[in-house]
Amino acid sequence: MKVVLKHLTKKFPNRNKKQPDVIAVNDFNIEIPDGKLIGLLGPSGCGKSTALNLLCGLLKPTSGKIYFGEDDVTSLPVENRGVGMVFQNYALYPHLTVKQNIIFPLENLKGVDKLTKEQMSEKAYEVAKLVQIDTLMDRKPSELSGGQQQRVAIARALVKMPRILLMDEPLSNLDARLRLQTREEIRRIQKKTGITTIFVTHDQEEAMSISDMIVVMKDGVIQQIGKPQEVYDNPVNQFVAKFLGTPPINLFEGEVTDGKLYIGESDVMLVQNVPNQKVVVGVRPEGFVLDEDGALCCELKGVEVMGRDITVVSEHENSIDVEIRSIISSENQVDTEADRVHFALKREKVYLFKVDTGERIRF
Amino acid sequence: METKNWKAWLYLLPAMFFLGIFMVYPLIDVLIYSIEEGYNFASQTYQGVGSYNYAYVLRDPYFLQALKNTFILVMITVPLSTGLALLISAGLVSIKPLRELYQTIYFLPYVTNTLAVGLVFMILFKKTPYTDGLANMVLHFFGGGTIDFMDGPYWAKMFVLCFYTIWVVLPFKILILTSALASVNQSYYNAAKVDGTPAWRIFWKITLPMISPSVFYLIITGFIGAFKAYSDAVALFGTNLNAAEMNTIVGYIYDMLYGDSGGYPSYASAAAIILFVIILTITCINLLVSKKHVHY
Repeated sequence: MKVVLKHLTKKFPNRNKKQPDVIAVNDFNIEIPDGKLIGLLGPSGCGKSTALNLLCGLLKPTSGKIYFGEDDVTSLPVENRGVGMVFQNYALYPHLTVKQNIIFPLENLKGVDKLTKEQMSEKAYEVAKLVQIDTLMDRKPSELSGGQQQRVAIARALVKMPRILLMDEPLSNLDARLRLQTREEIRRIQKKTGITTIFVTHDQEEAMSISDMIVVMKDGVIQQIGKPQEVYDNPVNQFVAKFLGTPPINLFEGEVTDGKLYIGESDVMLVQNVPNQKVVVGVRPEGFVLDEDGALCCELKGVEVMGRDITVVSEHENSIDVEIRSIISSENQVDTEADRVHFALKREKVYLFKVDTGERIRF
Repeated sequence: METKNWKAWLYLLPAMFFLGIFMVYPLIDVLIYSIEEGYNFASQTYQGVGSYNYAYVLRDPYFLQALKNTFILVMITVPLSTGLALLISAGLVSIKPLRELYQTIYFLPYVTNTLAVGLVFMILFKKTPYTDGLANMVLHFFGGGTIDFMDGPYWAKMFVLCFYTIWVVLPFKILILTSALASVNQSYYNAAKVDGTPAWRIFWKITLPMISPSVFYLIITGFIGAFKAYSDAVALFGTNLNAAEMNTIVGYIYDMLYGDSGGYPSYASAAAIILFVIILTITCINLLVSKKHVHY
């Protein structure tokens, strides 16, 4: 099911009545293609959960329209939208068994959709097999691990074959190892069912790794929409560049003078077509190349060997963050005793941003 | 560990001392009184040991009347007050404006003196040569006849007593249930809403099981409290409860000790032990039932 949001806006009245309203979701325009896995990504409080609640119908938008396929569902109550939702804390009913939890949505069906006990049980087992919990059907949620509870929550959301599946921070309650496993699992289930799935997360790695498309948000405003790799390689502004990628992008105070980019005293790169101005220079960790003759000279602070690659931690007086983290292949030898380290920069991993607005300067 | 045990006992000593004097000793003493036949309070002597006191109490029409009254009171007020409290608290948590005002109003009876409330109820229900009372005025309005609630038929008096008891116990129950309801995580309701669950089903299948520990607590304490009812009846019908046919078991015990027919600690003790056995039985039944229906 295709999902289209048109000028979707949600305002909350401010607690302090004299202050202006809080705009949690500001003029959203997205078209989400059918059968894709979409990650809504942004820092805490950026309005991504609000957006999800608007989609699911638990909140009513202040203005704008929501379409599922061709249907305008903006004013449709939550129960008629045909959405399945996985809540952040799973919201499994603790007094019911796994099976009863999964069947619960089916028991609400009325009229022609009404199912017999056998049909319900059959459907429950079907979806339980899909998420691989069919051996746990008689347990209570408290007798399950976090990952298993998550699967039950997904099964409950899927059992009535929703048009759209929504997930609110689906992995945030799991430990690191389980998170990795579960996100693959979510991907697999989504692929298998082909249900358009929208999930919310503040973890960029999570969003990048499994989404077909990510929507990066900040303060209720969409910053960028696109395939994860595209957004990573081609951020529209400093916020998006900073938010995506671990370790995060390294930012420097720089200046463009006569087609040359300077960081401090050293000119690091030729940038034609950029007028003279002060800029913020962003360099991805993988954009550094160890080079004796490299223009960028940093104070070496340490070397972290991770096996496959090496993280070089260094400092530079024009760096905006305290540390510069650069990742280089472990084939390189780094003299850990040296005081200084020289880098050349990969052109396609360097981004320039305006100092005041953070907007990208193309070169 | 063993060597330090005496320290633990030492710390427990003050509590055990007072518990022993004011709880355990009286309990045992009551049991002893209840089997001492022909006990004379003045001379502190008795004639023998046996079950005569129990036989006397169980044949005493006043006791049987009190037993009947207490049972009716318990069976009517406990379910009704708990159910009503549930309804009111469910209403309270679902409204936003004026909620605190309503909560305060509903809680007021709890801090009001029992006897003062009894006085108000008297004014509401009592028929005097000058007025039939407010309750009767309402009855007249709906085309009913005059009923003498305070000195009239048994059922009318029982109605007033039950009405009064429910009104008095309601605030505490509402307080407990409102906080229990408020502590149910909103995401359960959201999940149910997304699945299109009708409101009544949400209440029965989600809300009620979630707050079942609180409901159970109220039912147990409600039963115990209602079985021990006494001051409510006194507030309404005065101290001569036997004459009004409105005595309760605790009232009977009190009368046996200090009333006009007082001075019979043996009978009082026997009645107290009978009450104890009844409450114990009911509580055990409650605990058994709760195993199936209460979800912690």
